[in-house]
Amino acid sequence: MVVTIPEFAFRWIIPEIIVAVCALAVLLIEVFSGTRNSRRFSAFLALFGACLALYVTLALWNQQEDIFYNLYTIDDFGTFFKVVFLVITALITILSLRYTERGEIPFGEYYALLLFGLLGMMIMVSSNNFITIFVGLEIMSISLYVLCGLLAGNLKSAEASFKYFLLGAFATAFLLYGMAFVYATTGSLDIAEIADYVLSGDFYLTPMFMAGIAFLIAGFGFKTASVPFHMWTPDVYEGAPTPVTAFMATGVKAASFGAFLRVFYTALLPFMEGWSGILWVIAVLTMTVGNITALVQDNVKRMLAYSSIAHAGYILIALVTGDRALSSSVLYYLMAYTFMNIGAFTVVILLGKKGEENTDIEHYAGLAKRYPFLAFCMSIFLLSLAGFPPLAGFMGKFYVFSAAVKAEYYGLAVIGVLNSAVAFYYYLRVMMYMYFRESEMPSEEINLSFAYMLVIVISAWALIHMGIFPRDFLLLARKSVDIFI
Amino acid sequence: MDFSWFKWLMFIVAAALSIVGSLMMVTRRNAIHSALWMIATFIAIAVIYVMQNAQFIAIAQIMVYAGAIMMLILFVIMLVNLEKDSVPERKFSSRKFTGAVITIMLFFEILVIATAYQITGREAVYSASMLERTGNVRVMGSLLYGQYLFPFELASILLLIGIVGAVILAKRKKE
Repeated sequence: MVVTIPEFAFRWIIPEIIVAVCALAVLLIEVFSGTRNSRRFSAFLALFGACLALYVTLALWNQQEDIFYNLYTIDDFGTFFKVVFLVITALITILSLRYTERGEIPFGEYYALLLFGLLGMMIMVSSNNFITIFVGLEIMSISLYVLCGLLAGNLKSAEASFKYFLLGAFATAFLLYGMAFVYATTGSLDIAEIADYVLSGDFYLTPMFMAGIAFLIAGFGFKTASVPFHMWTPDVYEGAPTPVTAFMATGVKAASFGAFLRVFYTALLPFMEGWSGILWVIAVLTMTVGNITALVQDNVKRMLAYSSIAHAGYILIALVTGDRALSSSVLYYLMAYTFMNIGAFTVVILLGKKGEENTDIEHYAGLAKRYPFLAFCMSIFLLSLAGFPPLAGFMGKFYVFSAAVKAEYYGLAVIGVLNSAVAFYYYLRVMMYMYFRESEMPSEEINLSFAYMLVIVISAWALIHMGIFPRDFLLLARKSVDIFI
Repeated sequence: MDFSWFKWLMFIVAAALSIVGSLMMVTRRNAIHSALWMIATFIAIAVIYVMQNAQFIAIAQIMVYAGAIMMLILFVIMLVNLEKDSVPERKFSSRKFTGAVITIMLFFEILVIATAYQITGREAVYSASMLERTGNVRVMGSLLYGQYLFPFELASILLLIGIVGAVILAKRKKE
């Protein structure tokens, strides 16, 4: 019984192969030469890999193919997410250029792990099977555990890495246990087959299956930083190198939501009544706890960590509805959220200098006088995070809340709107410091290098563009979720 | 000859040993003792695997877990000088109590779920008679290198990341 893989299947995973090969090449370059120029080269190689993979991925749009015995699938949903991840990685690579020098982070390993993390995310969202989802998730998580601890001689960074690793391993165990329970009751690891079997009539709902769903929610809830599985988030986001924090807040969150959406909207959709109630509670808790805790934060990086918890709550609102067509709002939201977060974290990086992160809100005082353009861009990011029209953040929230209203979850929509009103306070507080407070500290020179400004300008432009012309992006998101219908 | 009573006896012994072993493992204050109890638990579980006709997993369990990984754990314990009773005195705290209550509740929930469940009888791809004919390891191998080749290859990247990560974090400058 010899089984062979048909060769032509590999042409569908060329983006993944490019990313993996570039990551390995970066590692090897680091081994054979350690001079400064070659270090620059590894960053550019990572950027080149991400861009090349992006180019190839774009060609996969509109393609639909199950490969490797249904273990992996190429569809618009996966392609959409992959494009988002590749853009995120390209931006993070650019903004890491100076940061890695400042923080004395080993270049080669840093970029290699970043690419490996990207590979894990790409695999996660394109998997049709619990095994591949799990392996992808682990590739992503282990890369990030290490990335968090890369700041040399920084205790907070080490703590972040250790905490994330221990709790992450625990959450992985839950996820795996959930997958095992679902497998035990349905006899299949393929998410489409599970749905078929469940609907075939031979299946009856058992406590074990329900426990499996609960464990899956706990596992994915951890990765998406939802309350009550959010305890790790503030410490890890604060301690990790800031570009890695941006990577976690955008890429990891998007990847986890992608896999979450795919599993729950295909395999587990017949039991919507079962899980949608649980997710309702989690969504409300996540929004409320995230926003209320963010109110009292004086550290901007930590405030952004809590705000990222709150945003996970908004995204969960659309997940609760269980309406497959409306789930496109999740995709739009994640895309908009990516740019506002990367932009905001870039400004956080800019204010820091060697050895000092300067993330305290006092450091933002009087920024508008010294660097008006920087303050203006930061305002765009913060207003977008708060959901101020006409920025992309507003459209994202609008689509999510209108999804809840269309699916007749009025209570949830009201709680969501109230929460985003609360959120205005802490975003505007930073703006208030930037524009109306005089700096009490000696003003420090900010190194406005081209790399940082490029990321900031791209993010700001994307937010304005997506906010004013949301139609094209929404149509793309709609097309992506067509696979569920 | 009927071996069923023997199998039953073996199962009881192995199950009891694994439970006692894991309880002893978490309650010992000496790290080396914990590690040794862990080996006992691993071997008892390997026996249960054999009785389930999963010889490959049983051998892998003994070789990889009871052998290689235990070796590493013992090395680490010796390197960081944990042999002495260095685990601090246990003190009662409300946080620990809540944790214990939640853990016990979760444990009983899983127990109820596992015992209340009856297999629905979905036909498996690899039946026992088929395994008898071709052999366990062979089926496993052809699955790993055939149908599941893709995740298998990905697992190699996963291991590489683990190794690279461990090296970076270990060689970091200390200040």
